[in-house]
Amino acid sequence: MASMRDIKRRKSSVESTQQITKAMKLVSTVKLQRAKARAEQSRFYFRAVYETVTSILAKAGEVDHPYLKGGGDGKKAIVLITSNKGLAGGYNSNVIKLITRNDEFNKDNTTIYAIGKKGKDAFLREGYPIFKDFSEAIEEPVYKDGMIVTEELLKAFEKGEISEIYLAYTYFKNTVSHVPTLLKLLPVDMDAVDQDIDGDGIPDEKPAPTAPMNFEPEDEEALKLIIPKYISSLIYGALISAQAAENGARMQAMDNATNNAAEMIDHLSLLYNRARQGKITTELTEIIAGADAIS
Amino acid sequence: METFKLSVVTPERVFFEGEAEMVEFNTTEGEIGIYKNHVPMTVIISPGVLYMQLPEGEKKAALHAGFVEILQDSVTILAELIEWPDEIDEQRAESAGQRARERIAARGDDLDMDRAEAALKRAIARINSLK
Repeated sequence: MASMRDIKRRKSSVESTQQITKAMKLVSTVKLQRAKARAEQSRFYFRAVYETVTSILAKAGEVDHPYLKGGGDGKKAIVLITSNKGLAGGYNSNVIKLITRNDEFNKDNTTIYAIGKKGKDAFLREGYPIFKDFSEAIEEPVYKDGMIVTEELLKAFEKGEISEIYLAYTYFKNTVSHVPTLLKLLPVDMDAVDQDIDGDGIPDEKPAPTAPMNFEPEDEEALKLIIPKYISSLIYGALISAQAAENGARMQAMDNATNNAAEMIDHLSLLYNRARQGKITTELTEIIAGADAIS
Repeated sequence: METFKLSVVTPERVFFEGEAEMVEFNTTEGEIGIYKNHVPMTVIISPGVLYMQLPEGEKKAALHAGFVEILQDSVTILAELIEWPDEIDEQRAESAGQRARERIAARGDDLDMDRAEAALKRAIARINSLK
């Protein structure tokens, strides 16, 4: 049996680890609240952008623009949103698996636009080309980050270097349920637009055409200007969602760790008390044996 | 005067929401002013001053990018970037405008020109919204 001193040392080490995990849990709880509030505030904007884009697409279905029709044999680009820090359970590996387990993507036809250090490192190990690293964006996502990434993507798209753009992130459904999601950004898939963007879990209805809408400039021109805004807002939305999911995942992971630590401490306390009793018994036996020997 | 519902939203916040008599701003096709019962239209914003005539007075803001959905009884401005005059640092805007002018005068390649022009437009919008 381990000595009393060893057990005591081990117990105090577990206790200090527990303090850390407890603190981390509290921090991510606060951050989660903030990220959720932010997602709440931006919902209205996304809703409106989405409605505008669908109504344009419904009208301009026949427009022959690369944003809609695709083509070209460039690479597939994936905007990969993960976290910069670990200790968040399966949060990062779930998003990464989404891509590595998908046969459509391999290291020769795919290039990664990384937002988040963990994802970048994982794909570097796999040998994928990393086009660019925007990792600082995930710490405090602002709309500008979405715009910067979009600008880079569209530049490459127009040059023909990439012909398809995907977005991989973790969708924050609610505090306990986070869904790794892969979304096709370009070319815009008319059917895929029919999705759930406001996050209420129900696929959104296409807005009813209330009045015939005019566009100024003309449809095609308008499309060219609005699609980048649409993509920026999707990326920004994904950033916020991923940030909420990251903190949610970390909160859960740290909660589990704290509970496990508590269990270990209980077990170690038991061992410690047993060892203490054992030691007392041994001492008593020795004393009695000594006294017997004298008398 | 008849009013319509005006909402100005950005990805990060609801910038303004309320009744308005008239709004005026720059689009890619030129400056437009909107009263109630305008024909339904979606327009793209180009940098300029957003002028709002409200029942309780008038308000200004520097509007830089986004698009606007105009319906008969409501106007929704989806602004990627918009600032109230009190959020603008005048000196910074002035010096940014100056820098942009110098860059335009120096003539870089095409990309640089586009950027410099956009920067200059933003600076002018900021400064005008302060006046």
